[in-house]
Amino acid sequence: MMKNRSKSKLRRKITPYLYLSPTIILMLVLMVVPIYLIIKYSFQNNAIVVADPEFVWLDNYKKILSDSEFWGAVKTTFVFVTVSVAAHIILGMCFALLLNTKYFKTRTKTIARVIYVLPWVFTASVIAILWKMMLQPAGIVDYILSIFNLAAKDTEWLSNKDVALATITLVNIWCGYPFYMISILAGLQGIPEDLYESSALDGATKWKSFLHIIIPQLKPILISIAMLDFVWTLQSFALIWMMTGGGPVNSTQTLSIYIYKLAFNSSQYGLASAVAVILLLLCVIVAIFYVKQQKKVRE
Amino acid sequence: MVGGYKRPTKVILSILLILGGLFAGFPVLWMLVSSLKSNTEIFSWPPKFIDKSFSMRSYIEILTDSEKVRYFLNSYFVSACVVILTLVIGIMAAYAFSRFDFPLKGVINTIIVSVQAVPAIVLLIPYLSLIVTMKLFNTYWALILTYLVFTLPYCILMITGYFNTLSTDLDEAVMMDGGSRMKALWRILVPISVPGLVSVGMYTFMQAWNEYLFALALTQTANMRTIPVGINMLMGQHTYDWSQMMAMSFLGSIPVLLLFIFFQKYFIAGMSSGAIKG
Repeated sequence: MMKNRSKSKLRRKITPYLYLSPTIILMLVLMVVPIYLIIKYSFQNNAIVVADPEFVWLDNYKKILSDSEFWGAVKTTFVFVTVSVAAHIILGMCFALLLNTKYFKTRTKTIARVIYVLPWVFTASVIAILWKMMLQPAGIVDYILSIFNLAAKDTEWLSNKDVALATITLVNIWCGYPFYMISILAGLQGIPEDLYESSALDGATKWKSFLHIIIPQLKPILISIAMLDFVWTLQSFALIWMMTGGGPVNSTQTLSIYIYKLAFNSSQYGLASAVAVILLLLCVIVAIFYVKQQKKVRE
Repeated sequence: MVGGYKRPTKVILSILLILGGLFAGFPVLWMLVSSLKSNTEIFSWPPKFIDKSFSMRSYIEILTDSEKVRYFLNSYFVSACVVILTLVIGIMAAYAFSRFDFPLKGVINTIIVSVQAVPAIVLLIPYLSLIVTMKLFNTYWALILTYLVFTLPYCILMITGYFNTLSTDLDEAVMMDGGSRMKALWRILVPISVPGLVSVGMYTFMQAWNEYLFALALTQTANMRTIPVGINMLMGQHTYDWSQMMAMSFLGSIPVLLLFIFFQKYFIAGMSSGAIKG
């Protein structure tokens, strides 16, 4: 009897791990081990390329931190991420407010919502190829801008190093705002009606009710999605890689592109791993803030 | 109250609504129109919306090219496997999180949450050597396994949340009748959770269907390529056949587009609660 009970107790202890075993194995092999490996590579000279690479401590990091190309990539990433995230919030907010007004019929709003979300459902290669076509010299973008006398017929957008980053950021803004719009819309619909009404009685203007009711109510959602978006944009690769490959003259080379080129174009895996570890640290820092924010929201 | 709105406000808002629609929708429309035009007509100046070169030529060319059809089949196969495996593994993990208390619960949960912040590019270098060591390079498994790492966390968190809202009386009733835990999970909890599972499944499908970086680096031969890489490979070939690229882009977007249009409600509910709950 005693034996039986301790046996079932043991079983009860093991059961959750049995259910979790596929997840645990997968995470160990494809998440914990790789992170260990990349940290190891970042301390090695000629990692991967030679069978028994030399351990060089922080040499790779020193080399990277004194490389102007790395700092160029940091700056490009910073501009790309901050402008994208800021524009996503603003556009997402505007579209969400527009779809939440009482001026339009429900059916109009449903159709508008489907159209507004469209950019978000396409994969990066479709977005890249579509915008590449539209941005060709004498393409449709040049045509539309030339109607308003804003650009010449044969304006280059992606091969001009002064505007390439701005162009790519704009494309990234185009395909990223719907995520905010959807989340903000859900948040707006969760704001109780009587909050608006009481402010209307107070004679609050639209702008004031926006500042004092809508923004504070949405704040937790806004912070959460901005952080998620920050991490996503920080690591975005596909769109830039397919549109410009980091060029011209490295003007659109973000950290992800820099890592990819170091590793797969010039086989400098040690240096690439060092940059990757730095990028990972950046993402982890944002993630820690994110988790803290989530806890605050729950409480 | 409805009549009380000022007319100018409505006019201004309507204009904004249309401008927003053009901003979001025009590029998509232009893709569709271009896929039906001949290559030279796409770049006519001034551009015409509809012209006499309209034909299904590009679509026929793609659908009769066995190499390109293969991209589609690969994408469908990989995405379907990822969805099924994510759901099965995720449901079991979610059951453990929702119905048990165990010493490592907090640690494992933290790892799963933080995995979402790890950039794909960081894992790519070790993946390449791991996948080669495991002799999985240039196989479907290379893609399926690596995609799982990115689709599972969201799935586990969402389904755990869903299971937590279901009373434990349900599974206890089954076990009272002599049923196993497995039976309680698959016969009772899973059927009730179908709406949540549909939303997670679609999001997973979308992630798998759209993935580019791993598909680019972990496969090599044309017969293993998926749609996103296949579309991009068209860009590298001799002359740009824009019309064909647009047709391929459109065909490659159809599954996600259809899912999205038909299951919009699930998508939006899933996305927004995912953003809030993390």
